[in-house]
Amino acid sequence: MPVTFPQAANAESSALALDIRGVSKAYGRFPALKDVSLQAHDKEFLALLGPSGSGKTTLLRVLAGLETPDAGEVRFGGEDFLSLPVRRRRVGMVFQHYALFRHMTVAQNIAFGLTVRPRAERPAREAVKARVAELLSLVQLEGLEKRFPAQLSGGQRQRVALARALAIEPRMLLLDEPFGALDAQVRRELRRWLRELHDRAGVTTVFVTHDQEEALDLADRVAILKDGELIQLGKPKDVYEAPADPFVYDFLGAACRMPGRVEGGRLTVADWESAAPKGAPEGSVEVFFRPDEVAFAPPDGAGLGAVVRAIAQRGPDVRIECVIDGQTVELEAHGPALPPGVAPGLALRIRPLRPRVYAS
Amino acid sequence: MTAVTPAAPISRIRLPGIAPLLVLASVAVMGGLVILPLITVFQSAFAKGLSTYLAALKDPDAQAAIRLTLIVAAIAVPLNAAFGIAAAWCVAKFEFRGKSALITLIDLPFSFSPVVSGLVWVLLFGAQGWFGDYLVEHDIKIIFALPGLVLATILVTLPFVARELIPLMQGQGSDEEAAALTLGASGFTTFWKITLPNIRWALLYGVLLCNARAMGEFGAVSVVSGHIRGQTTTLPLHVEVLYNDYDFVGAFAAASLLASLGLVTLLLKTALEWRHAGDLSAGRKR
Repeated sequence: MPVTFPQAANAESSALALDIRGVSKAYGRFPALKDVSLQAHDKEFLALLGPSGSGKTTLLRVLAGLETPDAGEVRFGGEDFLSLPVRRRRVGMVFQHYALFRHMTVAQNIAFGLTVRPRAERPAREAVKARVAELLSLVQLEGLEKRFPAQLSGGQRQRVALARALAIEPRMLLLDEPFGALDAQVRRELRRWLRELHDRAGVTTVFVTHDQEEALDLADRVAILKDGELIQLGKPKDVYEAPADPFVYDFLGAACRMPGRVEGGRLTVADWESAAPKGAPEGSVEVFFRPDEVAFAPPDGAGLGAVVRAIAQRGPDVRIECVIDGQTVELEAHGPALPPGVAPGLALRIRPLRPRVYAS
Repeated sequence: MTAVTPAAPISRIRLPGIAPLLVLASVAVMGGLVILPLITVFQSAFAKGLSTYLAALKDPDAQAAIRLTLIVAAIAVPLNAAFGIAAAWCVAKFEFRGKSALITLIDLPFSFSPVVSGLVWVLLFGAQGWFGDYLVEHDIKIIFALPGLVLATILVTLPFVARELIPLMQGQGSDEEAAALTLGASGFTTFWKITLPNIRWALLYGVLLCNARAMGEFGAVSVVSGHIRGQTTTLPLHVEVLYNDYDFVGAFAAASLLASLGLVTLLLKTALEWRHAGDLSAGRKR
């Protein structure tokens, strides 16, 4: 399946907003974050991507002030963020399970951040009401202000949580698995909507997800974490096309993996020899390629010698199970790209279009 | 249209004759052990007519006992409510060393006899106790006085509120509090506007049980009371004193008040369980 990328909102040109330097945090003897440094630009949409236990949520909670790092520095807009208590950071946080106040109506939930301000800074009752109405229309929940959280669907709750976070005009928006608890259909709808909302609101946003498709689809840049360490940071296209290591390659999408050798700028995998990709390490290597980034050729052409074992139609795509050098590999092809006469038992050659090579 | 498969009926063991028998046995036991004594209490209280009943309650000693019981409960229950909230708060929302030890300690008063709960105060503050000399020197009365009664009652009723709140607060987690903090609320505002409303029904439930026990406590209070009529006898002790004096109407009149308290508590408790089952405990199904 082709992956589409959002247009990066010219992040480079704008000023640095968030500056995280050498942040570490351990729970007892379990290190949750190891010397993480990363920066986000003003109005950037940054994704923290990683499997569970990678420290992404811990990092988000450090930004919110709900966790204190053992070491490191966090600055926001030049200000030392760690010395500010949670309530003075003015970050809008949307929790994984939304954490709506269950005994308050939707309107009361959204107004909470305004009504708890010190008397001198508190807006007038009418102003609060107007702001709530404005936010309700922004998140498209007009008419639900008198409902309680228990009377809302998951998608509606998430939007209330977002409106509540936006009510305080946050300097930064933090989203913890914002779509984690929603079903696939609602998730896709909300994804585009959230991106548009971010672009309109113009708030620096950091969101945590374990879903690579979500991160690649939504974010200006993606930070990939593993075991508390930042492995790679970059634009979705760059990260997807040049994963820093086998873990990232595997994590970002389906991967086929074969052992190979690089000698004198030539890459050998099984019975296929070709020019090694630029910057490939010499010696024994692991070769990765995406199951849909292959070209098929007749048995006398170039590529890995393969025998088709099974074929399965999956929507518009066809899954082809082949045996290459004694190893079963699953490939994917669009209808038109399919080699003619493909059937179980057919011998053909498979040429990975963009192999990635890592030292093994 | 897809066919809706009906939910499988809950299978019940059918043993003809057994169910009615068990129901009958239960009713008989309940009737004999609970309902009958309750009727007896009110029957004996009103045995010599309403005026004698009212006179028994208007007796200065009885009035003093009622007042003392109310005072003790009025001090002990709020203190235990405050303690219960504090203990449940730190157990449910924080991780710290000795957490399980604290939970065990909270339950401790349930596991030993109320007499012990009274006796410890005598051993501490009695004339021969650890602090006895100091207290005598400074003319501070704890044992055989109101402070002793309050201390004994607090110790006996310590677990009630905390035990109601801990599982509920653990189930609720601390995300809502964290959300309130990120929205700019102070710690106090967060407690007042988020934590307290979330636990209010369970708190009321715990307070209700705590109060019933505080007013009805006999053993612990008996040890520290000294049974000075009109001064240190609470309602349960008053019942005993009158009963030993063969003043049955008086004893049962006072007992009828305690029984009524029990009935009212039961009524409120049932109402709470019925209306707010979901708010009483996140994990508990009623």
